[in-house]
Amino acid sequence: MNAPLPPFSPGIYGPDALILKDLTGLNWRLKDYEARGGYQALKKILAENIAPEQIINEVKKSALRGRGGAGFPTGLKWSFMPRQYEGRKYLVCNSDEGEPGTFKDRDILRYNPHIVIEGMLIAGYATGSAAGYNYIHGEIWDVFERCEEALEEARAAGYVGRNILGSEFAFELYNHHGYGAYICGEETALLESLEGKKGMPRFKPPFPASYGLYGKPTTINNTETFAAVPWIILNGGEAFLNLGRPNNGGTKIFSVTGDVERPGNYEVNLGTPFARLLEMAGGMRGGKKLKACIPGGSSMPVLPWDIMMATDMDYDSIAKAGSMLGSGAVIIMDETRCMVRSLLRLSYFYFEESCGQCTPCREGTGWLYRVVDRIEHGKGKAADLDLLTEVSDNIQGRTICALGDAAALPVKSFIKHFRDEFLHHIEHGKCLVPDYV
Amino acid sequence: MNAPLVLSPEALLKIDRAIAKYPPDRRQSAVMAALTIAQDEKGWLAAETLDFVARYLGMPPIAVYEVASFYTMYDLKPVGRHKLTICTNLPCALQGAAAAAAHLKQKLGVDFNETTGDGSFTLKEGECMGACGDAPVVLHNNKRMLSWMTPEKLDQLIAELKSK
Repeated sequence: MNAPLPPFSPGIYGPDALILKDLTGLNWRLKDYEARGGYQALKKILAENIAPEQIINEVKKSALRGRGGAGFPTGLKWSFMPRQYEGRKYLVCNSDEGEPGTFKDRDILRYNPHIVIEGMLIAGYATGSAAGYNYIHGEIWDVFERCEEALEEARAAGYVGRNILGSEFAFELYNHHGYGAYICGEETALLESLEGKKGMPRFKPPFPASYGLYGKPTTINNTETFAAVPWIILNGGEAFLNLGRPNNGGTKIFSVTGDVERPGNYEVNLGTPFARLLEMAGGMRGGKKLKACIPGGSSMPVLPWDIMMATDMDYDSIAKAGSMLGSGAVIIMDETRCMVRSLLRLSYFYFEESCGQCTPCREGTGWLYRVVDRIEHGKGKAADLDLLTEVSDNIQGRTICALGDAAALPVKSFIKHFRDEFLHHIEHGKCLVPDYV
Repeated sequence: MNAPLVLSPEALLKIDRAIAKYPPDRRQSAVMAALTIAQDEKGWLAAETLDFVARYLGMPPIAVYEVASFYTMYDLKPVGRHKLTICTNLPCALQGAAAAAAHLKQKLGVDFNETTGDGSFTLKEGECMGACGDAPVVLHNNKRMLSWMTPEKLDQLIAELKSK
């Protein structure tokens, strides 16, 4: 109940904020962005005629990793775009934010849309792309409309289109909206959707850098990734890297949800202790005890409280702890939450959102949901935990895209860390915790 | 060529603007925008509307049906004047969405995927809307997102919509 309604205090996202710095919820227009130093990175590149390779090198040095979930090095991804290709190349921004627990791109786009436009312009310049599309989650219609308005401002000011700021550089940019399909957050499903088809993921390889939108070389990055680029150009890759940890450069926006006093977005330097992030979110709601946390969005393994409290929030530390940073969605569960009930809701989600293309996922997500459902409702059988593990193993690694793994990983981790709760449900037909979701 | 116009000239203008975002030989890319615009005007997507969009974009009708049935926010059957979609996914559920959903069901006297007898309200269960920090979150007719929907605010919303 304490998340911000504009106008809010500029410090609400935390003292480390770069992308969300100085925002009040109302200062999203072009003139506000320019007053904060916006479009200076683009101006610098065009005025000094900086070579695309040099920009890619700077981004490589920054150790900026993909903020959408996979954490792939951004500079390396840009370098995969064929330099000598003579036809049109494309740039795509993945703002199809629908990973349960994640709502950071929404705040970037509605409160600081021009930072994404500038980031895309720089990426378009670096990769030699002719046009870009920003694919925005269909449910956040007001954000789509705001992005359309911001883009009009940028176009009118000469930042987008032909001869940008009087230079030879040309780049067209458009917003595109989804309309309710989690799977389109997967980059090749998103491309299919952008082509006007069902969002079913493509086989990889070929990767988008060689065969992307309309079969042309395409670079796809997450909204937050693009938003980090202007700062890197102005301050240098090394400065960005030094904010975080080796191989984990910069700040990251964590969306904190669940049993905390102040659910919301917090932008912190990578490597910040989890305990500090929890404190920024106001601590546990009602002073209850932390039981479990999913640190990277619902597709990532859950971790028990003691492991979380000893973990720092960066890609490598969370991986070492046994989960993944993913999209940066931190879902907090307190001592009163039933892990069976919690897993049931997630399993239903993957069952509902499986696109149906790959048999292991289409059928397997249904099995997972139905078996967890019967355990939750007191009809579980002794062999059900082995069955869940077996079904998960038969999905994981056997599908075209990562949704299969995303459905399997929560199941395996919930059973691994909270086996006693599942057994109690099976043996006694009821919950181990008195009050639950 | 003189097929009757299913959509208004205003709607067609909006669709033309969407088409202009894509290369000239890629009109199909505008299908999601076109279906959204059509649904806004018609309330839901009847076969006649889907066929019209197919003709307008030069797509086989089956390709339009595939898209319309794949994305959950398109309604292929009539819905109430006010479609309320509430997200009940785990992060929202931890912040009161389960109770909010139960309140909505009880207040409207319908379950998920049902419409009230007077045709005013259709209730839907949503998946992640990317706004979990604002939970409970309700989407009104696909376009208007309502945040922090406590039972009291849900009552206000229903009263407000009923009077429209």
